[in-house]
Amino acid sequence: MPWNLDSSRPIYLQIIERVQMDIITGRYQPGDKLPSVRDLAQEAAVNPNTMQKALSELERSGLIYSQRTSGRFITEDKELIHQMKKELAAAEVSAFVAHMKQLGITPEEIRQLLAETIEEEENHE
Amino acid sequence: MSELVTCKDLTKRFGNHTALDHLNLSLDSGKIIGLLGPNGSGKTTLLKLLNGLLTPSEGEVLIAGNHPGIETKRIVSYLPDKMYLGSWMRVSDLLTYYSDFFEDFDMSRANAMLESLKISPKDRLKTMSKGTKEKVQLILTMSRRAKLYCLDEPIAGVDPAARDYILSTILNNYEPDASILISTHLISDVENILDEVIFIQEGQLKLHASVEDIRMQEGESIDSYFREVFKC
Repeated sequence: MPWNLDSSRPIYLQIIERVQMDIITGRYQPGDKLPSVRDLAQEAAVNPNTMQKALSELERSGLIYSQRTSGRFITEDKELIHQMKKELAAAEVSAFVAHMKQLGITPEEIRQLLAETIEEEENHE
Repeated sequence: MSELVTCKDLTKRFGNHTALDHLNLSLDSGKIIGLLGPNGSGKTTLLKLLNGLLTPSEGEVLIAGNHPGIETKRIVSYLPDKMYLGSWMRVSDLLTYYSDFFEDFDMSRANAMLESLKISPKDRLKTMSKGTKEKVQLILTMSRRAKLYCLDEPIAGVDPAARDYILSTILNNYEPDASILISTHLISDVENILDEVIFIQEGQLKLHASVEDIRMQEGESIDSYFREVFKC
């Protein structure tokens, strides 16, 4: 099953986001070995050069590291993973706030809406 | 990464119609390149020139430093836009035919693909549907271990599910130092596997760029960018 990619945005960025999500959600555990570039490209139905580029970027950010002969692995630095999670959450929240402002909702209303929604969700569980 | 294909002022005239007009182009090895353009823009003419089926009216084309000929046919695997195989032939005949002709033909690769697409080696071409014939031709083309694959409309008659299989076969089977030049109108189906695109219009090069750069700069897919550039 090819990955669900939006061809109007650079593919390598979407691969990076996808791998980040897989690390955060625990699909990839710290220290796990990644499949080869070719296998991943095949799975995602993308060009191997694009996959290579995405993995190089992830390597640069430290989230994955490569060992010359045995392949690529997910970082074991839990602090780094936690940091990335916080950054992604912050980005989601500021996008949300910007959206709400567009709808003309005041900061006070945003707080109230958020509190209500969270409370509802908690009651459901 | 080395230069695999070079076109210098490549021109082809048919009578007083100019199909290719001083085209300058260079393609590196290790890339999957989409050759895109409206109908009659010169895509098939360019592929035929690369394969020595046509000779240039002006300018030249070089593949790994050679003019099209025996040396280049050894390393270029070509899928024409028309059926070129005898319709009386069985798939098994075609396999022998191809392995006689091309020393880089990989029989086991061909058999594996035929099996995945449930095509029996005993079937004759004339009993097959249009789409199945296209699959057979593409399998033959992709089963060579070539340096350059020229695919002219490879997936036009094939159903969407087989299209996905064929694209993954293309990804799977090409060596990292080989290049694939694909001419197609089905841009959205192929664009995720492309490195670069070439837009040609009325025989002239309009654009040669990396697909990720286009997505980055234009904020749209290659499919919608094509529609914008070639709006009628």
